[in-house]
Amino acid sequence: MRHFFTILSHEIRMLLVNPSTYIAGVLFLLVMGMSFTWLLERYNEAPQETSPANLFFLFFWVPVLFMVPLLTMKSISEERRLGTLETLLTTPVTTGEVVLGKFGAAYFLYITLWASTGGFFWMLRKFSHDARFFDVGPLIGGYLFVAISGLFFIAIGIFASSLSRNQAVAGILSFGVLFALILGVNFVQPMEFLNNAALHPAKVAIEYMQVFRHLNDFTQGIVDTRQVLYYLSGTVLALIFSILSVEAKLLHS
Amino acid sequence: MSDLAPAIEVENLVKTYAGVAAVNQVSFTVQRGEILGFLGPNGAGKSTTMRILTGFLPATSGTVRLCGIPVATQTDQVKRLIGYMPENNPLPEDMRVSEYLYYRGRLKEIGRRKLRTRLDEVLELCDLKRVRHRVIGKLSKGFRQRVGIAEAILAEPPVIIMDEPTIGLDPHQILIVRDLISSLRGRMTVIISSHILPEIEMTCDRVLIINQGRVVATGTPSELRREILGHSLYRLEIAGDLSGLNNVFTAIEPTLKISDKSEPDVFGFTTLQLATERDEPLGEELLRALTSDSRYRVRALARVHPTLEDVFLAATKRTWDLVDSGNIGH
Repeated sequence: MRHFFTILSHEIRMLLVNPSTYIAGVLFLLVMGMSFTWLLERYNEAPQETSPANLFFLFFWVPVLFMVPLLTMKSISEERRLGTLETLLTTPVTTGEVVLGKFGAAYFLYITLWASTGGFFWMLRKFSHDARFFDVGPLIGGYLFVAISGLFFIAIGIFASSLSRNQAVAGILSFGVLFALILGVNFVQPMEFLNNAALHPAKVAIEYMQVFRHLNDFTQGIVDTRQVLYYLSGTVLALIFSILSVEAKLLHS
Repeated sequence: MSDLAPAIEVENLVKTYAGVAAVNQVSFTVQRGEILGFLGPNGAGKSTTMRILTGFLPATSGTVRLCGIPVATQTDQVKRLIGYMPENNPLPEDMRVSEYLYYRGRLKEIGRRKLRTRLDEVLELCDLKRVRHRVIGKLSKGFRQRVGIAEAILAEPPVIIMDEPTIGLDPHQILIVRDLISSLRGRMTVIISSHILPEIEMTCDRVLIINQGRVVATGTPSELRREILGHSLYRLEIAGDLSGLNNVFTAIEPTLKISDKSEPDVFGFTTLQLATERDEPLGEELLRALTSDSRYRVRALARVHPTLEDVFLAATKRTWDLVDSGNIGH
């Protein structure tokens, strides 16, 4: 693991000198800022039952679906397309270190972008002049959810990137997988055929995978280890598959 | 690492892609400090062999040892012994030269302090000082190529493997690269592959010609000339009645034959190509015999030095013939 930090700092550096990172960042803040404004307007019109943070984090899937593919699609596919993967892997570096370094850098950026939305709440607190309007609990829960689920989502993006040398294919692939995972599962759950007794295990599994329910639990302060385990095991699996995919492509290149 | 082991040992190396042998029973040894030229037509298996040497690709069968360390089982150790520049020299587009070399140096486990001085040395050696702060994507081909070479020699590895290091360079840049590679002689073992034959001839101690995944010839350029072509060539420009010429030749050297003959030019001189199996120079005797004979007027006589190109063409042609006759193949 001695090369992990070399690769990580290199990758973060490359992301920070890349203009597309800043464009993505600005777009992200624009979308999140607009939804936050819309949310404040709703609170302005009528009293609401939940804290603003609860409502704010319900929009988490919008940036996830667009930001994660944008941040990760380049990582491995670009190296393979340029051929720099060959020079990289002929130094004393393992495939695992390369994949983890790229994963770490993309996750760092993802978290940094999300952390910047904390500024919205800081402004809200500053101008509301009353700490009672401001509930810290759901906020912490929401960010915790973003941090933990982000691991899995970024790992999926890295895996998609390891599958193709074409960035666009990798991007669309990770978009598709994330869409199925976040919205698709939500869409399938109420379907009638799942009530069939034979499909009971599938129904349980789909309930277990409800990302929106996880979010709801986190923002209510319930940190369920089963849900944490779901994201962590998913992350590990996706990263292992990425390493295998990079190595398998070398064997059959 | 054993000090006695040769830098590179390859035994019966085979690599098949989907049942087709790209490298077929290749064996060779490279001593330490030697510069080996790797020649072969496109698709001969040069790049594949080099990739296997670096541990990047696994071999189908056979053994490869670098400095006595088997590549297949101790890939991690082997990677510390090599500097590798792949075909087409892939480089990241959006990094600066010094940044890139620093990053590569860190990956190759050079200490920070040592890396700084080594970086200056390498930039100086490869004449890259002027562009050290330039972005790689905006450099010309010659500079990019030198960045690749600088990267390969950065960690001062005992073995350097370069796949076509002079491709796409102008003659002046080729000269610089050639001097650079020559300066490594004795200190590092270098394998370079190339299509540019004079290039190989001038820099390499030994040449290995590979075709259809097989080694077809190996040796120093002059050994190869003798082995593959098997004769010396002379070029003679002569006028007069040439019908009795063969008798004159046989008197000097029985194996001396006319191998090629041109039409007489406007002055009546014919250019003849003479071939002999004898290696010692025959020029003086020939000249004496021909000038003393009143039937002939001689304008020029020279010994033709076959280029490596001729050797290469003859050697690869020989394998094609073998393939066609079914002696080797898949």
